[in-house]
Amino acid sequence: MKNQRLPYWLTLGVAIVFLFMHAPLMVLVLFSFNDSKFSMEWKGFTTKWYERLAERQDILDGLYSSLTVGLASTVIATVLGTLMALALARHEFRGRRAMEALLYVPIVTPEIVVGISLLILFMAAHFPLGLGSITVAHVAFNISFVAVVVHARLQGMDRNLEEAAMILGADEITAFFRVTVPQLWPGILSGAMLAFTMSFDDYVITSFVAGTDAATLPMVVYTMVKKNIEPSVNAISTVVLIATTILIFVADRAGREKPLTAEKAPVE
Amino acid sequence: MAEAPHAGPVVEFKNVSKTFGTYKACIDISLRIERGEFFSLLGPSGCGKTTTLRLIAGFEEPDVNGGEIRIDGEFVNKKRPYERQLGMVFQNYALFPHLSVERNIAFGLEMRATPKTEVPGRVERAMKMVRLDPGLFARRKPAQLSGGQRQRVALARALVLEPRILLLDEPLGALDLKLRKEMQLELKHLNKELGMTFVFVTHDQEEALTMSDRIAVMSNSRIAQLGTPAEIYECPRTPFVARFIGESNFFEGRCRGRTAAGWQVDGEGSTFEIPHHPSLTDGAAVRIAVRPEWLDVFRPDAVPAGENALPGTVREVIYLGETLHVLVRVGEREVAVAVRNEGQLTRPLTFKAGDPVAVAWMRDDCQVLEADA
Repeated sequence: MKNQRLPYWLTLGVAIVFLFMHAPLMVLVLFSFNDSKFSMEWKGFTTKWYERLAERQDILDGLYSSLTVGLASTVIATVLGTLMALALARHEFRGRRAMEALLYVPIVTPEIVVGISLLILFMAAHFPLGLGSITVAHVAFNISFVAVVVHARLQGMDRNLEEAAMILGADEITAFFRVTVPQLWPGILSGAMLAFTMSFDDYVITSFVAGTDAATLPMVVYTMVKKNIEPSVNAISTVVLIATTILIFVADRAGREKPLTAEKAPVE
Repeated sequence: MAEAPHAGPVVEFKNVSKTFGTYKACIDISLRIERGEFFSLLGPSGCGKTTTLRLIAGFEEPDVNGGEIRIDGEFVNKKRPYERQLGMVFQNYALFPHLSVERNIAFGLEMRATPKTEVPGRVERAMKMVRLDPGLFARRKPAQLSGGQRQRVALARALVLEPRILLLDEPLGALDLKLRKEMQLELKHLNKELGMTFVFVTHDQEEALTMSDRIAVMSNSRIAQLGTPAEIYECPRTPFVARFIGESNFFEGRCRGRTAAGWQVDGEGSTFEIPHHPSLTDGAAVRIAVRPEWLDVFRPDAVPAGENALPGTVREVIYLGETLHVLVRVGEREVAVAVRNEGQLTRPLTFKAGDPVAVAWMRDDCQVLEADA
C-alpha cells in the first residue's frame, strides 16, 4: 500500500481515539510503579507492589479461580459454539431460523437478568454454588458469542472448498480438519479469546452464582477497592494486561503455515 | 493406475434422476462417455448440467430407484467422492486459501499417501504442465494470483493425481475473452495429449462447439440432444436446440403429399418442399429450422429453379464485417439471412429497406424438428 500522509484533521481524530483507548491503561501501568500508598500522586519508582502480590493470598486465589473458570468455560463454550455454528451454517433443518435468532438472546439480555435466572436455576436444581456453578454460568453466556463469531466466518467461507478436498481424496473428517478448521481457525480463535475475556472480567453474573466461598479476580479486586485502595490492584491489573497482549501475539504467530520444501529460497 | 482399463464407456448413466425436495434437477438422463473424449454438458442455467456433473463427482446421489451410474463399468451410485479417483476444477477454482500454491497441488498426493520424496517432483511437473513457473509461484498464496493463474493452479491440483476423468464446472466463466480463448485451446490440447477423459460443463454454445468431441445439450433437466458439434449444429432435433445452438429461422406448415425426395408443405402463405423425416405423415403439422447461412436472398423474379422461396420485404441490412445479415419480413416473421461478404461482388448492399425480395433455400438445407420435451 502507498504510504500516504494523513490529513491533519484525521491525524487529530486518530490521536484522540488513541488517547481515549490507551491513556487509562498507561495511567494504570504508571501508578503500579508508584511508591505511594495513595495512588493519586507520584512519589517515585518502586516494584514493591509487585512484590506485595506474592503475599496477597486473596489476589493469588482470585487469579487462580479466574484462570481456571476462564480456561474451562472457554474450551467448553468454544467447542459447543463451533458445533452450533456448523449446524446452523451447513445444514438445513426444522427450526434453524428460530435457532439462529435465539442465539442473540443471551447477548442482548442484561447481565443482571442472566445472573438472577441462573441463580434461581442452580437453587432449583440443588446445584452447589462455587467454581463449578460459575463455570457453567460462563459457558452459558459464552456459547452465543462463540457461535455468532464462528457462524459469521463460516458464511464467508466457500463451500466448494470441502468438496474440492473430498474429490482430492479426503474423507469428511479429514476435509473438516485439513480445510474447514484452518479456514475457521481465525473465527474460532477470536471466538475463544472473546469468550475468555468475557469470562475473565465478568463481575455481575459471577457474583450472583459464586456462593459464599468462591471469588474470582474481579470479585477480589472489587472487594479490595471498596475497603481500601492499594496499588497492588494496579500491579495485578498490569500483569493481566501484559499476559493478554503476549497471548494474542503468540496465537497470531501460531497460525502461520510451514512450506512444503525447506531447502528452496523463498520467492516473492 | 495399474488396473487394466475397462473396455466400455468411462461414464455411463442409465435413466438417472435426481430430485431436490420437489424440484427435479435431472430427469431420466442416459448417456455414455467414451475414454479420452472431450464431452460437454451444455445448456442454460438451471438445465441440470451442473447436477449431472455433481452426480459423476459423487457430491450428489441419484434418487432411490433413480437409475444407475457406472464409472469404468463399476456401479458407483453410493460411492463417496473420495473413493472415485476423479479430478475436478470448480467454477470459482476452490483453491485452499490457507495453503500456498505448492501445498494446494500437493494436497491430493498427501491424501493418497504418495511417498514424501516423490511429492515435490510431481508438484513441479504438474505446474510445468499448466505452464506455471514453479520458481515464481510455488510459495504464493491463492490471494496473490490473478484469475488466470488461479485457474492453472486448480488445473494442476486436479491433474497431478492423473485422475481417470477430469470434471470441469464452467472453469472459464470468470476469465476475460482473450484468456478464455487461450485456455480453451490449452484444455483441448491437454485432453488430447494426456488421453484423459474430460467432462466439461458450460452455458456457452460457442465454447462447447469449438472444444468438444461430443455435446449433450440439456434443457429442463433432460438431455435434449446428444451428438458431435456438427450433428447438433446441422441437425438440431428440437426447437430448443435449434435456438440455443446458433441462430435459426423457423417455418411452419402442413404436409400435403409426397414428392420424389420428401414432402410438399403448405405454410408461410406459400408452399415449399422439405426432405423426408420418419415423424411425417400426410396432413401432419410440421416445423422446420433453417440456419441464416443456409438461406439466400434474391430479387423475386431471380430465384434459381428448384429452390424453396418465400416472398418478403427487406427490413434492414446489418453489416458484420465477415458476413452481412439481411433481415427480411416474411408474413408475420422476421427472417435472418446471412450472406458472406464477398468484397466488390457483395450483392446485399444493393438491397435496401423496403425492397421486395424472396428468401430461398435448397430442399435439404433445413432440419425437420420434433416438439420440445
